[in-house]
Amino acid sequence: MFKDLFQKKRKYATLPPDRSAGSGEAETQQRPKREIPEGLMNKCSKCGTIQYSKELEKNLKVCPSCGHHMRLNAMERIAMTLDEGSFVEHDNDVVSIDPLEFPGYAGKLEEQKLKSGLNEAVVTGEGAINGQPVAVAVMSFDFFSGSMGSAVGEKITRIIEHAGEYGLPLIIFSTSGGARMQESILSLMQMAKTSAALGQFAEKGGLYLSVITDPTMGGVSASFAMLGDIIIAEPKAAFGFAGRIVIEQTIRQKLPDDFQTAEFNMQHGQLDLVVHRKEMKAMLGKLIGMHSKKEGL
Amino acid sequence: MAGELTFEQPLVELRKKIDELKQFGQEKGIDFSDEISRLEERYAQLQHEIYTNVTPAQKMHLARHHQRPTTLDLIPYVFTDFIELHGDRLFGDDMAVVGGLARFRGTPVTVIGHQRGKDTKDNIARFFGSPHPEGFRKALRLMQQAEKFGRPIITFIDTKGAYPGNTAEERGQSEAIARNLRDMAMLKVPVICVVIGEGGSGGALALGVGNRVLMLENAIYAAISPNGAASILWKDASKADQAAEAMRITASDLLEMKVIEDIVPEPRGGAHRDYEATGLAIHESLARHLDELALLDEQGLINDRYEKFRKIGQYASGRILPNS
Repeated sequence: MFKDLFQKKRKYATLPPDRSAGSGEAETQQRPKREIPEGLMNKCSKCGTIQYSKELEKNLKVCPSCGHHMRLNAMERIAMTLDEGSFVEHDNDVVSIDPLEFPGYAGKLEEQKLKSGLNEAVVTGEGAINGQPVAVAVMSFDFFSGSMGSAVGEKITRIIEHAGEYGLPLIIFSTSGGARMQESILSLMQMAKTSAALGQFAEKGGLYLSVITDPTMGGVSASFAMLGDIIIAEPKAAFGFAGRIVIEQTIRQKLPDDFQTAEFNMQHGQLDLVVHRKEMKAMLGKLIGMHSKKEGL
Repeated sequence: MAGELTFEQPLVELRKKIDELKQFGQEKGIDFSDEISRLEERYAQLQHEIYTNVTPAQKMHLARHHQRPTTLDLIPYVFTDFIELHGDRLFGDDMAVVGGLARFRGTPVTVIGHQRGKDTKDNIARFFGSPHPEGFRKALRLMQQAEKFGRPIITFIDTKGAYPGNTAEERGQSEAIARNLRDMAMLKVPVICVVIGEGGSGGALALGVGNRVLMLENAIYAAISPNGAASILWKDASKADQAAEAMRITASDLLEMKVIEDIVPEPRGGAHRDYEATGLAIHESLARHLDELALLDEQGLINDRYEKFRKIGQYASGRILPNS
């Protein structure tokens, strides 16, 4: 113990950058890299395995080596969940404005549109799963970290109301960093708006399946994501209310690695099911079938 | 009075000058009454200038003033016969939320509020007014009890936010907040929420789904604390004052955005100057709004509350845009 105080710091030999292997501009200048078309290969952010993007697409963007479920754009999610050609989008015209004239917000919105190819952090509409009609809302983390502002809240509320009106089962795929700070109080109130709409939907006997994907935090976790009749998560998906860093600062302790994962939440009674992406569509279809009013004795 | 904020310093200094002059006059037997009355006039003028143009950042400091009245400070001035009830019947009794029965103009009501501590020891016991799931669940239990017996519900909002800790997460912080939002929306009795200090994020909203939401004049209400916003925006939490100006967190901002229905005036200099006057102003406003809500039946109350929140938000629509 005492000795620890006097332990010498090991000094590692350092190489000047032009001789270090594998990286640095110098190397690329001397020996041009082989031409690899953009997007041909993909590296898993968890285990570092490199694979062909096409193979990864076929595997529903789940790393074949470690099983890591990569984040999906809303359109990718819709394509792998709904029957081909069944999706009809709703409220595509509902988009964010800058109600508080918040510094930098308007410009950032434009960036997000280009980046994600979407015009909001959620895509809503109707479609079918194994021939059964459903109303869906699918959030996209690549648009403004999936944050919920007025437009997201409005689109989700409208699809909940639509599902209630037409007696459709409702599925919401959540992924979000939380409320959109740039709309401050208006964002916060979307939590109440969407939850109130789900209250009315529940009163009508509607089925709501909530699917939590990585990551789902803050205002989305603490509103519609946790209000499903059945709550499902993808493996390892992070979800919770407060962020890990904030909690570590509060309690002044390191948190375990699995903190706030789907499995952690399952253990603490916050989830019904953890379902692999490959089995998600089949599971949703089965659950909807079991709630179909036509069936029964 | 102790606890003056920075923007009130000119008043403090002038008051000191007047007092010194008075004392000096008494000691030396010199008559300064002309001079003193001129200074008093100047003081009144300065007071008017300072308190009629309180900036959002100054309001944030008033809302966080250490002597600002808490839920338990205000209850005796708004209600009579308060009986505190405890526990969520599931896990424990979270002291960051207090609630119970009381009478308002003689009629039984249910009162619930966030509760900050009055000193360090009290603050530790009450987690600085930041509830765990059991606090939100206690609140909902008391609300559903009120619904059963047809009592109106009044909530006081005063929290920096839900407690950000591992224990809270493990016990379902998200679920507890979400359930309150949904179930408060469906209550068959009148619900009035009053933001009395700081309304922070989901932890505030979890007591905030009312037919009417009122705010004390210097209270603030936001999705993220100005400190948090500053650290995200400018990587510097100490720029909270700047963030407060940009975020539109004051009662008048929220009234304009139709998030709240009414502003409750505070005594000059802030609620901490006079608890009784603050309580009476809340009483007056509550009475007016409860009388209006008394005209609605059960379904009418649910519809009224739904419509209130349904309308909140500002977005563009009408033009079909291509989605790739």
